[in-house]
Amino acid sequence: MANTFAFAETRGGTLRKVALEAVTAARQIADATGGGEVHALLVGAPGVATQAERLGQYGADVVIVVENAALALYSPEVVAATAAERIRTGGYRAAVFSASAQGKDLAPRVAAKLGVSMAGDVTAFAVDGDSVVVKHPVNTGKVIATLALTGAPAVLTLRPGAVQAAEAARTPRVENAAPALDPAAARVVPKELITGNTAKLDLGEAPVIVSGGRGLRAPENFKLLEDLAAAFGNAAVGATRAVTDDGWRPHSDQIGQTGRLVSPDLYIACGISGAIQHLAGMRTSRTIVAVNKDREAPIFKLADYGIVGDVLEVLPALTEAVKRVKR
Amino acid sequence: MKMAVCIKRVADMETRFRIAADGRSVDQAGLKFDISDFDGYAVEVALQIKEKEGQGDITVLSLGPDIVQEQLRKALSMGADRAVQLKTDQVPFDGLLIARVLADALRDGGYDLILFGRMAIDSSNQTVGPMTAELLDLPCITAASGLDIANGRGTARRELEGAAELLEFPLPAVVTIDEGIARPRLPSLKGIMGAKKKPLEVKPVSLGEPHLTVKSMELPPERTGGRILGEGPAAVPELVRLLQTEAKVL
Repeated sequence: MANTFAFAETRGGTLRKVALEAVTAARQIADATGGGEVHALLVGAPGVATQAERLGQYGADVVIVVENAALALYSPEVVAATAAERIRTGGYRAAVFSASAQGKDLAPRVAAKLGVSMAGDVTAFAVDGDSVVVKHPVNTGKVIATLALTGAPAVLTLRPGAVQAAEAARTPRVENAAPALDPAAARVVPKELITGNTAKLDLGEAPVIVSGGRGLRAPENFKLLEDLAAAFGNAAVGATRAVTDDGWRPHSDQIGQTGRLVSPDLYIACGISGAIQHLAGMRTSRTIVAVNKDREAPIFKLADYGIVGDVLEVLPALTEAVKRVKR
Repeated sequence: MKMAVCIKRVADMETRFRIAADGRSVDQAGLKFDISDFDGYAVEVALQIKEKEGQGDITVLSLGPDIVQEQLRKALSMGADRAVQLKTDQVPFDGLLIARVLADALRDGGYDLILFGRMAIDSSNQTVGPMTAELLDLPCITAASGLDIANGRGTARRELEGAAELLEFPLPAVVTIDEGIARPRLPSLKGIMGAKKKPLEVKPVSLGEPHLTVKSMELPPERTGGRILGEGPAAVPELVRLLQTEAKVL
């Protein structure tokens, strides 16, 4: 029976959804290896400890809290040193990070410090004796690799949305710890977190994504997508690479192999033909809807439900219908 | 400024892949190959830094069999000064093995800046750059979407989910490059001719024992979707009904 480590990612002192997914995945690994404990690492400015209870709700038995006034922003070297030290001394079977921008930065540093191999961007996992067997999409999602990761701990980053955060309530023991590296000694120094409209749901967190391509014909028509997203209330607006390359939408909204990889419950593709590079970023969505005027568009082969028509006409009707359901 | 850029030879992704007979790899027949997308951005970033400073020296490195010399020559024709092939029979999937070989090759090179693409577009692990930095004990920025180097220090921007962050770091450092930072140039005819005369060193290296191995590869299941509900706004009520009753997402 071995314990499992999870990194609890925060932003602005609040847990991100991916932190709960990491704890849920660690819980699953711990349960599959005889029911060991889940130890979650929570790093931030003083006050971040208030998040520990929520980690317990999702299955953390122990929350290691590292509070330091210099750690309000993610400091890669300090967090990597702290996580590596804890994992080294904790004797964990596995260490789960999120395949978020932060987790993908952090996990390889930690694995290299520990001298162990790691599996990145994992969409499924199972413990099989001495190895952890994982699924990992390669070649822009057109091929799925099954990989065996041997050695302990098994370090992996979990694709956001690959595991649904599930409650497994317990009251966690809280351990306070100091950073393993003095933040003042870090060479890489975080200077600023630039947040846009903070009320906006992030593409990686939103259960619903409405996304637009060139078929919207002009940047101002994205208002129709924003209206639909607002009608859902839990939706974010994404875009294709063609649209972000043209400056219609910010680069950070791009969904695709070279942009964000998303797996929402519902993905509504509007005026998107379905270029391979876009499909690679959204094909794992649970339900896909496509609206496109070209009946032969490749997106219809992927979509669960399709409507052939002009998005500029269909979108207002859909927004009104969603509003009626949500009322 | 002395710079190194680590590049990988990858298949062109705009194709329909087949699984090879061994069930553990992609059938190479008929594929076209190029420098991995993000690695191409990294080469471009190095060239622009050299141009801005008016001087500099760029070494490109690639691990693999002799065929990777094609990509090294392309980087030379874009404007890199010298190339090193770290010769192995194959490229392992385990990023730590690659990072160890690269770290050994880079350690005594006196580089001010070591660049990578943020990930290889084929294996998509996104581990080799930061692992190499750790093994070299160098400051590291991953997935930089903006980079400014001046007076022995750098400032980088990283895109987060719905946000971005700015970080500062001293040189020497390792930076992995995201897209959006620079469009790689096409080699000029003069560049292609000149590349033939630039030094390309071949260094045989041996890899350690892998702990991340490919058990199998498969094509993703075809979605059984493709149900067209109708045309225009008239199809919206049926869509909403199915989203509520069948997909249960509304």
